[in-house]
Amino acid sequence: MTDGGHLLFYIALLPFVGALLPGLMIRAGRNACAIFTAVPTILALILLMTLAPAVLRGEVIQAEVDWLPQLGLSASFFLDGLGLLFAGMILGVGLLITLYARFYLSGEDPMGQFYTYLLMFQGAMLGIVISDNILLLLVFWELTSLSSFLLIGYWKHLPEGRQGARMALAVTGSGGLAMIGGMLILGNIVGSYNLTDILQAGDVIRASEWYLPALILILLGAFTKSAQFPFHFWLPHAMAAPTPVSAYLHSATMVKAGVFLMARMWPVLAGTDAWFYIVTTTGLVTMALGALIALFKDDLKALLAFSTVSHLGLLTMLLGFGTTAAAVAAIFHIINHLTFKAALFMTAGIVDHETHTRDIKRLGGLRHLMPITFAIGTLAALSMAGIPLLNGFLSKEMMLEEASHTDWLGSHYAVPVAATIGALLSVAYSFRFVVHVFFGPKRDDYPAAPHDPPFGMWAAPALLVVLVVLIGVAPFLAEGLVTAAANAVTGADLHPHLKIWHGVTPALWMSIIAVVGGAVLLSLHGPLARVWNVAPRPEAKAIFDRLVAALVSMARGITETTHNGAISRYLAIFTVTSVVLGWIAYSGSGLSAPTRGLLPVPPVIAVVWVMLTVATASVVIMHHHRFRALVLIGIIGLSISAGFAYLSAPDLALTQISVETVTIMLLLLALHFMPKITPRESPIGLKLRDGFIALTAGGGVGALAYAFLMRDIETISDYHIENSYEGGGGTNVVNVILVDFRGYDTYGEIIVLGIAGLVIYALMHALLDGPAARRLRNMDYSQDRSRDRHPLMMVVVTRVLMPIVVVVGIYIFLRGHNEPGGGFVAGLVIAIALLMQYMASGFAWTQERKKIEYHTMIGLGVVIAGLTGAGAWLAGQPFLTSAYTYVHLPPIEEFELATAMLFDLGVFLTVLGAVMLMLYSLSRIARFAGATVNVEPMDYDPGEQVTDAKTET
Amino acid sequence: MEIIVASTIAVLTAGGVYLLLRLRTFPVILGLALLSYAVNVFLFASGRLAIDQSPILSRYGEATYTDPLPQALVLTAIVISFGMTAVLVMIGLGAFLEAETDQIDIEQQDDEKGPQA
Repeated sequence: MTDGGHLLFYIALLPFVGALLPGLMIRAGRNACAIFTAVPTILALILLMTLAPAVLRGEVIQAEVDWLPQLGLSASFFLDGLGLLFAGMILGVGLLITLYARFYLSGEDPMGQFYTYLLMFQGAMLGIVISDNILLLLVFWELTSLSSFLLIGYWKHLPEGRQGARMALAVTGSGGLAMIGGMLILGNIVGSYNLTDILQAGDVIRASEWYLPALILILLGAFTKSAQFPFHFWLPHAMAAPTPVSAYLHSATMVKAGVFLMARMWPVLAGTDAWFYIVTTTGLVTMALGALIALFKDDLKALLAFSTVSHLGLLTMLLGFGTTAAAVAAIFHIINHLTFKAALFMTAGIVDHETHTRDIKRLGGLRHLMPITFAIGTLAALSMAGIPLLNGFLSKEMMLEEASHTDWLGSHYAVPVAATIGALLSVAYSFRFVVHVFFGPKRDDYPAAPHDPPFGMWAAPALLVVLVVLIGVAPFLAEGLVTAAANAVTGADLHPHLKIWHGVTPALWMSIIAVVGGAVLLSLHGPLARVWNVAPRPEAKAIFDRLVAALVSMARGITETTHNGAISRYLAIFTVTSVVLGWIAYSGSGLSAPTRGLLPVPPVIAVVWVMLTVATASVVIMHHHRFRALVLIGIIGLSISAGFAYLSAPDLALTQISVETVTIMLLLLALHFMPKITPRESPIGLKLRDGFIALTAGGGVGALAYAFLMRDIETISDYHIENSYEGGGGTNVVNVILVDFRGYDTYGEIIVLGIAGLVIYALMHALLDGPAARRLRNMDYSQDRSRDRHPLMMVVVTRVLMPIVVVVGIYIFLRGHNEPGGGFVAGLVIAIALLMQYMASGFAWTQERKKIEYHTMIGLGVVIAGLTGAGAWLAGQPFLTSAYTYVHLPPIEEFELATAMLFDLGVFLTVLGAVMLMLYSLSRIARFAGATVNVEPMDYDPGEQVTDAKTET
Repeated sequence: MEIIVASTIAVLTAGGVYLLLRLRTFPVILGLALLSYAVNVFLFASGRLAIDQSPILSRYGEATYTDPLPQALVLTAIVISFGMTAVLVMIGLGAFLEAETDQIDIEQQDDEKGPQA
């Protein structure tokens, strides 16, 4: 970090921090708001000035902080001559605009918002010009697009404002995307994303085969931002913005960002034929075309917008020439264009503000009514026309000089002639701005009575015009800055001398032709404008709109074909994509030789396999009969748990078998309210298609499974097996993994399960509050219902089973740490025991005897598990570290007490609560479906008859 | 044995996918159940197959064990897939009661307004 480098961070941050202020200060009034907007700008400007002397001496100030070094992204800034020039322009004009906007905006406009956007934009622009990392630069680049979108669309009530903002964002944003690609290529060629490194590697880049793609992509970004033909059309539409925005964004800053980037990349990209022809030609066409259109625009701001397009073309052309003298001219013209164009925009704003119109046809004769505005506007416009003793003349001379000895495709005249035409048109529209607005007879039909604005409003443009004259008369004043910036652009040690008089050169003749021709053209403006208005020409906005409409309908087409609302279509697309990707991965690398042999298949397993296969096939074939399909699903689940048991996974077998039971019950309950038959409605073609997809997917997954089953892998499981007893205190490694090694995962999973339970409960409530409840009441379920819904045998058996199952559950829970079992299985087993009571004696009867709410159980489980984990903190261990000890109580054997068991208790409670809550919610619906409420445990109680008989006798 | 397991996964996946692509909610739920079996067995199989090598540490000397990690992961996966099935069942049931149809293809209904019944 060089001296003063840290100041760069403050400069970069100040506008963003300051952006928070205006929104707050607006409550203190409009003046306070404007002042607090000016403060960060002034501070940043002062910091910049303290760095300026060193930069003007030719030093480069750098500052760097690593941000994401893995990506090559660092928050690094540097300030050289070019950066200083632009940063000064951004902050200086920003300050003037702050002042001007204070008077321009009306009391109804939300001024706090405006200043916040303005500062955000200012910060983004500053970031672009002082970034030393191209990734960082890209971030700021996109930020300017976004913040300018907000500024252009500031008057939200105007449709033009919204459309213009959208168009600007679409054009500059897509250019920015292209530029990201170009910058990444550049960074890849050089091997660093730091600008200072890239600027040193010009030869490598130009020699690279990726040079042309990178060049085109980066230029796309620059051309869209700087409104170069054919992307020029967004700029005039962005004029719907308030005039301070136009003056700031569209004269000094944002549109110059593209030019800045070309200047920044000039040492690296310029000097090749591709650069010369692309950049020069684009610039030349833009300059001439922009000037031509500007001449025939009646809206003051549109005239200025197209003239800006034209001048940006001029700058682009100069940079395209690729010579150092042209680069100097470009730098000088950047300064000059800023001064006169910002002043002109503000003048246009003043005229609009005071007369309530910007239509040139309704103006004229304002020179006596608005003398100060007239003076400012005229001087600025004459400078734009390139009249001697004003700064526009100087840089235009230099441009014509450079153009006069540039060959284009072997032609010696193409560039000079086109440049002269551009200059001539430029003179014509500049004169028109003055003559048609200020001269001519005084009119009596202005929409408002024109008069000069208050001092605050004309101060800013007046200051700029003073600069226009000052530089025009004494160009050596700007020499230091121009030299520093030009040296930064070209990387050479230049000593340009800015002079008014160069002698009688071709450029002087071209200039004279331009001025005289321009004056003549203006005198013929009336008839020419009539011809222009009749002549057919492509309307850029219409083309853009059609393009956008076509894009939208294309996107809609894709969305509607892929996302038609039917889940089967998404799933089909998803499945096919997965299979294809798997196939691509396979065909790309192939397979290594198998390293494992086949295990033998005992006959029992073969039988189970046949059962499972037949059951699956039957489910598919018979799924229209839903009950039958459910029974078959049960068979499949049981077969799988048998398989788990055989393949050394007793815990999985236990879990599978209990989950299976609960799942089937759940589906049975749901099926009660749904149609029992699935209608046969799929056309045969659809069935064939789905069958094909299913078989391909199945085949693919099966092949994949077979492929890895035949090969060994390195696992991390040895660690678990070795440390299970020592570290976790249990011999059942699966359980120790669940409650200890990966306890965090388990903790998350029980929370998910608890949430699922609550979701179902909430859904049930939402459902029963809606029209579904009424529909349920009106449904006729009498056909489905058993005559003996709570049979005696079942009631008796479940009552007897209850304590047994509970004991088994506790046993499974307690042995879980060392033998197959544990909280998950125990929770499911107890849940089944409870469910049997619901089934046997009905919802109401069981519900009355329930002592603890299921919600509470879920919450309790999660809390216990969490507290157990947190308990480890007390011992200074990380979350969920378990501790254990062995306890010896005299009558029984020595046994183990582990905190993991408490955690498992949490798992147990959550699983039990969640499962019960789910089934409880489903069965509650039954009550709305008109089920009778029974308070007795069974429908027919033989005991009562005995009692009755006794009382009778 | 490996062929048995791989073909089981294949059969379950094929059946699951086919049912998933049906046009009514209930077969879709069944398909999802089949598919979760397939996925669970698939994950379990990633630990490779072993017979009589349960990951219960032997108290009597050296023994070899199968890979316990996939088992632990599949154990929770089984429970979670039950939770997921339950939520889907509830959503399916709710949709049926609200819309009076268990079709999942809303294209066949009034396109503009959606299934408001």
